[in-house]
Amino acid sequence: MSLTGWSKALSEAKGLKTGDLPEGEELKRFVERRHATGRVWHAVFLASTMVGIIALSALLLNIMDGAFGLVAVRNRVEPGALAIDGVPLQQLSAEQLVTVLQTHLSAAVVRRLDSEQPLAGRSQAELYALVLDRVVSPEVLKAWTLGQSLFGRAEVEQIMAQDFPDARLAFRSWLNPDLLRNTQSSVPERAGVRTAVLGSLWIILITVAVAFPTGVGAAIYLEEYARDNWINRVIQTNISNLGGVPSIIYGLLGLVVFVRGLEPLTSGTLLGLSDPTTANGRTILSAGLTLALLILPLIITNAQEAIRAVPRSLRYAGYSLGATKWQTIAAHVLPNSLAGILTGTILAMSRAIGETAPLVVVGATTFIAVDPTGPFSKFTALPMQIYQWTARPQDEFRRIAAAAILVLLVLLLTLNALAILLRNRYSRRGY
Amino acid sequence: MTDMVLNEAKQAVLSATDADAQGVCPVSNADGDCAILVRDLHVYYGGFRALKDVDLRIASRQITAIIGPSGCGKSTMLRSFNRMNELVPTARTEGQVVFRGKNIYDPDVDAVEVRRRIGMVFQKPNPFPKSIYENVAWGARINGFRGNMDGLVESSLSHAALWDEVKDKLQQSALALSGGQQQRLCIARAIAVRPEIILMDEPASALDPIATLKIEELMRELARDYTIVVVTHNMQQAARVSDSTAFFMMDEDRAGYLVEYGPTRQLFTNPHDKRTEDYITGRFG
Repeated sequence: MSLTGWSKALSEAKGLKTGDLPEGEELKRFVERRHATGRVWHAVFLASTMVGIIALSALLLNIMDGAFGLVAVRNRVEPGALAIDGVPLQQLSAEQLVTVLQTHLSAAVVRRLDSEQPLAGRSQAELYALVLDRVVSPEVLKAWTLGQSLFGRAEVEQIMAQDFPDARLAFRSWLNPDLLRNTQSSVPERAGVRTAVLGSLWIILITVAVAFPTGVGAAIYLEEYARDNWINRVIQTNISNLGGVPSIIYGLLGLVVFVRGLEPLTSGTLLGLSDPTTANGRTILSAGLTLALLILPLIITNAQEAIRAVPRSLRYAGYSLGATKWQTIAAHVLPNSLAGILTGTILAMSRAIGETAPLVVVGATTFIAVDPTGPFSKFTALPMQIYQWTARPQDEFRRIAAAAILVLLVLLLTLNALAILLRNRYSRRGY
Repeated sequence: MTDMVLNEAKQAVLSATDADAQGVCPVSNADGDCAILVRDLHVYYGGFRALKDVDLRIASRQITAIIGPSGCGKSTMLRSFNRMNELVPTARTEGQVVFRGKNIYDPDVDAVEVRRRIGMVFQKPNPFPKSIYENVAWGARINGFRGNMDGLVESSLSHAALWDEVKDKLQQSALALSGGQQQRLCIARAIAVRPEIILMDEPASALDPIATLKIEELMRELARDYTIVVVTHNMQQAARVSDSTAFFMMDEDRAGYLVEYGPTRQLFTNPHDKRTEDYITGRFG
C-alpha cells in the first residue's frame, strides 16, 4: 500500500464512531470482566496441578505407611539367656560365640554353616550376627502399618498384651540394609531384593544397549533420509501406534520370538556359554530384548521430535559450506538433538524398568535365590518381586513389598539422575 | 496480458542475448568475464511455478543485487545458483545455470562441489552453536583443508572485518556475539572454504543500521576478490553497494520473472521499463 493509501486508512480510523468500542466506565467494567475470566482459568490450572500433587503424595504416603511400622517380635531364645558368666552376648569372644552356635543348633546346620565359610575363620561381629539370626532368631508375629503405629498406639498395646504377652513391641523399618543384601526367602524377615535388583539392572542394560542405537538410527533414517512417500508414511504411522500397544502383547511376541524361536541364541547354548541340558530361552537376554522392542517406538518418536527441532537454518549453514548430508547430520543435527534424544531415552528407560506384564510372559522366575551372572541367567526383576509379594497372604510380605517399591523408586531416580547428568554434559558441550 | 508481460520480459533479456554473441556480460567488469550464466531457468515447487524463463548473467568480482516485491522469487533465484533449492523436497529446476563452463544441474555435477565453490550467507545470522574458531574451521576441515588452520581462521576473520573484535575470545561460543558480529562470522565462515561466489540472502535485514553499514562496507571490500550476488528488500542498499541490479516481479500466477537487468546507476536513474520505475519510486510493492 502506498503512502496515500495509508493516510486514507488513517483518516477512516479517525472517523470511527464513538460507541463502537467501550469507553469510560464501560471500558473499566469490560477490562475487569476479561481479567475475571483469566482468574477462573488460573484457578482451574492450579487445581489440576494440585490433583496431581495430591495423587502423588497419596501414593508415597501409602508406600511409607506399609514400609515402616511397629512389629510384635518374639525371640526363640532370649539374648539374656545366652550370656556366659555374666558377660552379655554382644561382648562374648569369637570362640564363645561358636560354642553358643554349637549348643543351640543341630549338628547338620552347624556343618552347613561351616562349609559355607569356616566358623573358626569368621570375625566376632560376623559370628554375633549369625547368633542373632540363627539362635536368637527373632520372629515377627504381627506387623502394624505406620499409621496404626503412630495414631493407634493404645490399641496396638492392647492387642500385644492380649495376643502376644511373651513378645516385645519394636519399631521396624522394612527398608533396611538386609533387604538389599538378602535374596528371596519364604521367611519375610529374611527375604530381600538383591536378586531382583541385579536382575532389573541386567535387563535394563541389555534393553538400553539394544534399543538406544536401533531407535536413534531409525529416527535419523526416518527424519533425514526417508522420502515422503506412502510406504514411509505407513511405517511412520505404525511406529507411532506401536507405542500404544499393551505391553503384554510385546511379552507374547518376546515369548514366541526370543524365548522359543531364538532359543539356541537366547539360552546361550549356541555360544557354548550354558549347559544345553538345563538351559532354556527364559533368560535375561530374552527379557532385555523384549523390553527393547517395547520401548523402541518411544525412543524412535522422541528422537524424531528432537531431530526435527534442530533449526533448518543450521542444516542449510552446513550444506552451504559444501558439507555432505552425513557431515551435516553428524556435526550439527545429532549434537544439537542429543539432549532431546537422551531425555526421550530416559523416559523410555523408566517405563521399561517398571514393566511387569511382559516379564511374566517371557518367564521371569518369581522365586529365585541365585544372583544372575550374565545375559543367559535365569532371572527375576524388581516389579515381578513386588507383584509376587503383594499377592501373598501374610501381612509381613506386604510390608516388604512396600519397602521394595521404595527401592524401585530409588533405583529409578538414580538411573534418571545419571541419564540427566549425561544429558547436561552433552548439551553443554555444544554451547 | 500474460503474453504481453512475457514479451516484455524477453525484451529485457534481449540485450543479454546480444551480449552472448560477443562473449561478454551486458554488465561487465574491467575484464568483462562472466561468473554465472543463467539460461531459460524455471523453478517449480510441486505444481507451483516460482520462477519462469529467467536469463541472466552475473559479472565476475562485482556485486549484483536482486530486488523486487515480496514473493517474486528473488530468494529462489539466489538459491538456484548453488542448488540449495534441492533441499526443498518438492523443488524442481529446468534450464541451465552455467558456472565455469558447465551447467551445475547436469547429472554428473555434484551439488556438494558446487556449494563449496558458491557459498552462501543467510538472512538470519545462523552461526553453529560452537566456538568462534570452530565456526570458521569446520567448513575448511570437512572440505579436506590441509594447511595451517590457525592462519586460515585468522585470515578469514580478518577478511570479514571481525578479527580485531574476536581475536581474544576465539574459543567462546559464537552465540554470544551480537547479531552484526554473527553475520560477519557467517561471512568469514563462507570465505574460509575459498569460494568464487558468495550468495547473500538479505544479509542485513535482521540487523540495526550500524551493523548494516558494516556489512555493506564489507561487501564492497569482498567484491575485490569475490563475485557477490545479494538479494535485498532495501533499495537504498542495492543502490549503495551493487554494481548491477536485477529487478524481478511476479505475474498473475505468482510466478517470478526478470523484468529488467542493468548497471545499478542506470536502473535507478533511468529505468527502461515502466514497472521498474514504478517500483523504485515506491508506487507499488
